[in-house]
Amino acid sequence: MHEDHHVPIVAVNLWYHVGSKNEQPGMTGFAHLFEHLMFEGSEHHNSGYFPPLQQAGAQLNGSTNTDRTNYWEVVPTSAIDLALWMESDRMGYLLPALTEERFETQRAVVLNERRQNYENRPYGMALAALTAALFAPDHPYHWMTIGSAEDIRAMALDDVQAFFRTYYHPANASLALAGNLETDEAISLAERYFGDIPTGTRPASVVAEASLDREVRIVLEDRVELPRLYMAWHSPAMFAPGDAELDLLSDLLANGKTSRLYRSLVYERRVALDVSAFQASREMSSFFLLVVTAAPGEGLDGLAATIDDELGRMSADGPTDEEMARAKAQAEACFVYRLQTVGGFGGKSDQLNAYNILKGDPGFFSRDLARYQDATGPSLQAAARTWLRLDRRIVLSVVPRGQVASALARSALVLVS
Amino acid sequence: MPVDRTALPEVGRDPSFFFPRIERHRLANGMAVRTVEHRSAPVVSFVLQVKGGSGADESGREGVTALTGDMLDEGTGELSAIDVSELLARIGAEFDIEVGPDATTITLTTLARFADRGAGALADLTMRPSLHQNDFARVRQMRLDRLRQIRDLPAALAERAFLKVLYGAHPYGHLSIGTIRSLDAMVVGDVERCHEALFQPALATLVVVGDLPHAGLLATAERAFGGWEAGAGETGIEETTGAADVPVPLAPSARLVVIPREHATQSHLRIGHLAARRGTPDYPALLVMNAALGGQFVSRINLKLREEKGYSYGARTGFDWRLGPGPFSLEASVDTNATADAIADSLAELSAIRGPRPASEPELALAKATLTRGYPRNFEKAQQVARSVCQLILYDLPDSYFESFVPLVSGVSSEDVTRAAARHLDPTKFATLIVGDQHTIEGSLGELGLGEPIVLAQED
Repeated sequence: MHEDHHVPIVAVNLWYHVGSKNEQPGMTGFAHLFEHLMFEGSEHHNSGYFPPLQQAGAQLNGSTNTDRTNYWEVVPTSAIDLALWMESDRMGYLLPALTEERFETQRAVVLNERRQNYENRPYGMALAALTAALFAPDHPYHWMTIGSAEDIRAMALDDVQAFFRTYYHPANASLALAGNLETDEAISLAERYFGDIPTGTRPASVVAEASLDREVRIVLEDRVELPRLYMAWHSPAMFAPGDAELDLLSDLLANGKTSRLYRSLVYERRVALDVSAFQASREMSSFFLLVVTAAPGEGLDGLAATIDDELGRMSADGPTDEEMARAKAQAEACFVYRLQTVGGFGGKSDQLNAYNILKGDPGFFSRDLARYQDATGPSLQAAARTWLRLDRRIVLSVVPRGQVASALARSALVLVS
Repeated sequence: MPVDRTALPEVGRDPSFFFPRIERHRLANGMAVRTVEHRSAPVVSFVLQVKGGSGADESGREGVTALTGDMLDEGTGELSAIDVSELLARIGAEFDIEVGPDATTITLTTLARFADRGAGALADLTMRPSLHQNDFARVRQMRLDRLRQIRDLPAALAERAFLKVLYGAHPYGHLSIGTIRSLDAMVVGDVERCHEALFQPALATLVVVGDLPHAGLLATAERAFGGWEAGAGETGIEETTGAADVPVPLAPSARLVVIPREHATQSHLRIGHLAARRGTPDYPALLVMNAALGGQFVSRINLKLREEKGYSYGARTGFDWRLGPGPFSLEASVDTNATADAIADSLAELSAIRGPRPASEPELALAKATLTRGYPRNFEKAQQVARSVCQLILYDLPDSYFESFVPLVSGVSSEDVTRAAARHLDPTKFATLIVGDQHTIEGSLGELGLGEPIVLAQED
């Protein structure tokens, strides 16, 4: 619970520690499809989840990623009971409301979500190709959270029941409240609405190892105007040593005009349209991703060579003092900006749950910030040298259909659907 | 006490909502300043808004305002574009330039302790951008390349063609980025002229919202912008609403348009026509009407296309509010195989709310509640407050507007909604635009009774 009385609203945020990493091959996309079913009604409110809450002025949503599923409402203070009643009813009493018809409709909706956000979007299948190459077929990060269309079509209502019983109960959940509410009242409300729900058994953690011992080059054809190059490396798990350093390195390498690669590729030589990088921090292990789109008429080979040079320089010399000062100033400001909203994705209540589920400490914010404040030039250099090796990565060329030859040399053609 | 699960808990009285006080100031050079104290985080937001946006682009110069906006952070004084980027990064600034149809808005958010440095940077960039030829050439080329990439984006293709079908040659009829032809013909002198015309202290309002007292916020604005002189010969410049006063076509130029996208697994739809101005007295009634029809998850359109039929991941309707008449439209991506059915269902819903099946009392109560009860959450961040104040200026609304919003919407009656729908929606004028797989869908389009589709090539 976090009190913030600036605006007369309260954020309810509920995390279940289950994501697509808990799925098995053949059942990919299940955790996300299940999330949709959580909005279709529960035993004591056996119709859509949205109407009573929207009637009360709530904003609400949910999302699924590899590691967790979250649900949230932002309500006027006057509707906090309603929000907690609704959340607790679907935690405790979902299954009696599940019907074959609701399941079939949401299956169709999810297939449309997949078409809209992946299949019918330029470069939309690139991440699927990358994670499939980075992680072995039995590793739970091998597939995308949205799942394969084939698996989504094959799911059955029976599967839903077992999944709910395994993962949707208090022992696998974390509730955070933030906003215009007294702490004592919040705790007693949580007790009142959730206290009766049987605890359940915390599911075993998923553990899987992932590594690369060489560079793997692949090429994917897509309906795009311009070729794009993706490079991905295995990197330390969220909050593990090196994770913050790689986050800072992503800024220094490719985010903003001052970053090394933007400056060289986009600003000075104009051979790329855009370049970006990020440390995709995840619970079991992360990956570091670098993306660059070729300017018209430019080939991917030249872009790759420049990136390799710059990575080599970062590993050999580390960042300058000026670069460190800039990256840390930006990171610290971002932490402050994160304090501006109580609810929704990334708001304070969502952060409390992230820290609670992934670090076992909802108050981890200042120690999280300290990871960035404590980073040094040498620690970034060490992270670059350890993790961003040219001989341990996936290099994916995404090329316009029929132009496989414009990929980097020796790239194997992959198909994702 | 065990929870009573036989009924949903009552919702208490809506909490009262007070918009923080807006202080009005005017600098000696004529620039308007608004300050608002906002103390929830050690942050300050500056928003500089000038009247004039992409609707002010001259014919043949489409995209010049957006390109000018893009050039602002490409250097000032001795500072190169790289230096500017470095300067902003050092104060952790979030910087954004938005060129809308009627206004251009530059937003800079930084930590409160960097307020003066942030304001100073914003002033230098907007008052004295370098506008060098080589930066111009690079930025223009990037915009041309982006236009090329639009060919891959169904939603952007639809938006561009939809504006064309609705507005024709009207100054609102193009994307703010312009066209390949207009950008090809543009020279740095066009940008210089655009900057001179647009960025005048008398046309600008600076809104400062943040974790400082009013006096401190004003002093920051004064230090940064006090020295801004009106351009030579431009004093006493008249405010023009420009595009808003140009008559719009009475009807779209086509009823059914297809932009082919081979093998697309979804069709991207836009259905609508030009409707009201932001200043219409029917504004509150139209907001309520739209919330019931398609403005949110629980609305007729989304419940039909998504929750009942499973045709789409989500469908919405909305007004694109402008000073002049703006589009009202439905937007959705639907399963290719369901294209004609989804259009038929959509057209039926768009027509029904005008009278045959007007919004019911429960629907209206829901629509009004969603607009009013959650209203305070729109003003959580300094930047949200600052951008809201800009809306007051752009649309000439009183400072009390945000506090009057809830009673205004609550007072809308079902007759108001039906009358507004009948007045502003006209099913005989809807244009239906599809970006999708022509070969798969064309056989079924005939059933819609919209005539032969006009097939547009992907023009630039």
